[in-house]
Amino acid sequence: MAVIEATGLTKRYGARLALDGVSFSVGQGEIFGILGPNGAGKTTAVECVEGLRRPDEGAVRVLGLDPWRDGPELRQRIGVQLQESALPGAIKVGEALELYASFYRRPADPRGLLARWGLEERRDDRFGRLSGGQKQRLLIALALVGSPEVAFLDELSTGLDPSARRAAWGLVEEVRASGVTVVLISHFMDEVEELCDRVALFDGGRIVASGTPGELVDRAGGTHRMRFRPVGEPDLALLAEVPGVTRVERSGRHVVVSGAGDFATAVASALARHRILVADLRMDRHTLDDAYAALTGSASVGDETAGV
Amino acid sequence: MLIKITIVEFRMRMREMLTPAFALALPLAMLFGFGLLPHAGRPNADLGGQSLAEYIAVLGMGVAFVILAVVMLPSVLSDYREKGVLRRMRATPVRPSALLAAQLAVNLGAAAVSAATMVVVGRLALGTALPRAFGWFLAAVALSLLALFAVGLLIAALAPSGRAGNAIGMVLFFPSMFFAGYYVPRSQLPEAVARIGDYTPLGAGVKTIGDAWTGHAPEASQLAVLGLYAVVAGAVAARTFRWE
Repeated sequence: MAVIEATGLTKRYGARLALDGVSFSVGQGEIFGILGPNGAGKTTAVECVEGLRRPDEGAVRVLGLDPWRDGPELRQRIGVQLQESALPGAIKVGEALELYASFYRRPADPRGLLARWGLEERRDDRFGRLSGGQKQRLLIALALVGSPEVAFLDELSTGLDPSARRAAWGLVEEVRASGVTVVLISHFMDEVEELCDRVALFDGGRIVASGTPGELVDRAGGTHRMRFRPVGEPDLALLAEVPGVTRVERSGRHVVVSGAGDFATAVASALARHRILVADLRMDRHTLDDAYAALTGSASVGDETAGV
Repeated sequence: MLIKITIVEFRMRMREMLTPAFALALPLAMLFGFGLLPHAGRPNADLGGQSLAEYIAVLGMGVAFVILAVVMLPSVLSDYREKGVLRRMRATPVRPSALLAAQLAVNLGAAAVSAATMVVVGRLALGTALPRAFGWFLAAVALSLLALFAVGLLIAALAPSGRAGNAIGMVLFFPSMFFAGYYVPRSQLPEAVARIGDYTPLGAGVKTIGDAWTGHAPEASQLAVLGLYAVVAGAVAARTFRWE
């Protein structure tokens, strides 16, 4: 059963078309990734789903509710971590969680959340005195304090150091294991590859590709490259005959063989059969990063947001 | 829910110390600073027959009112908007208007405490008379607060950032004090300046509160001025206020 069903969402801001007929659906218990460059329409789409914005055209159902008309009821059942939102600097960590817990019919235990997100020791500290990573963890905990059925996490790991990111990913897996559907808006390919069951890739207000992270990689031209330095001067023309190989080229002392599918195994056995010795063998696997660049025509955003 | 939000907002304001400093410490410092001068308790011809202690008690609560309403309220609200606090609240089952209501409650509460302190401490420590036209006094205080808080909400609606909200409040604060007779008593201001003062929210406010304290019914024109500020600024604020 689909928890989120969005059809033909269109939204204009003045002359700019922020969303252009976007449709997607998210199933119960899925971790669904929304990926794309800045200004691609990710946040607008999610805000339409959360009932914070009204689409000009199209329809959304979330948990069987209309987010715009049934807003207060829907917001009892979803949890939201927004990018670019904060708490007052003078509010204390424990105070904030207890306050937000009081907004919901079936709140989670604030103390349990503090412990799980590693904030127990900062319970009596003010929000303004927390580090960036601690603020982020508190904002995520606030998104979960209402025991939501769907959690929206926007730029989950912004401000987290590498070990805290890993820990946050583990916690998101746990949240999903407890039956919560998670919508993850992200710039980070490794995060999406690690966590998401399915991904929608946004660009220019449209969804340009969707599927599992693996499917996206394949769709972006599933060629992989194999690179090695031959010992001696063997005849390499015979490699072009190997099944799956699309191209063989020399690059200085190295040879680069491109191909699709399981061509690498075939190349390796051809080399062995012809007793060609190679050194320095490497495999360039295409990643979601490459797929992203190929499908949106923009540079890898992993670099772009490294400083954020 | 609203009560819980109000309690948390109140605690935060007490933590930051600025609110108790301006709502209580400053008016008390004024009250004792001038009220303990020789002859401060006697009717003073320069003050239109009011004693200096009473005159200062009115100015003391007035300064607390204007700081709470025109400086602190807009600076907190526009800061909340700029930081996304209001936006985050929109994503919960609670409306962000609850936060606005809580802010009004905290600031109005502080203003009421400030007014009560001036009356009670003046009476007990300096022997000032209780406001002689007590009903009019309450009405004048309430109407002054409505006018000043409406102006504060209008600033919060128009200010693009927390810093801008604070700056606009401060820019209005100092001339308000001048026209209301804080630097030079109103009766000694040039006629034209005093007339302008009668049409500012703080000037009209302290004049009506002062009149009620000395036992006179406030002038209808000044009540009308205050009412007009409350209605016009309040209506424009309600139309232009943005949550994000």
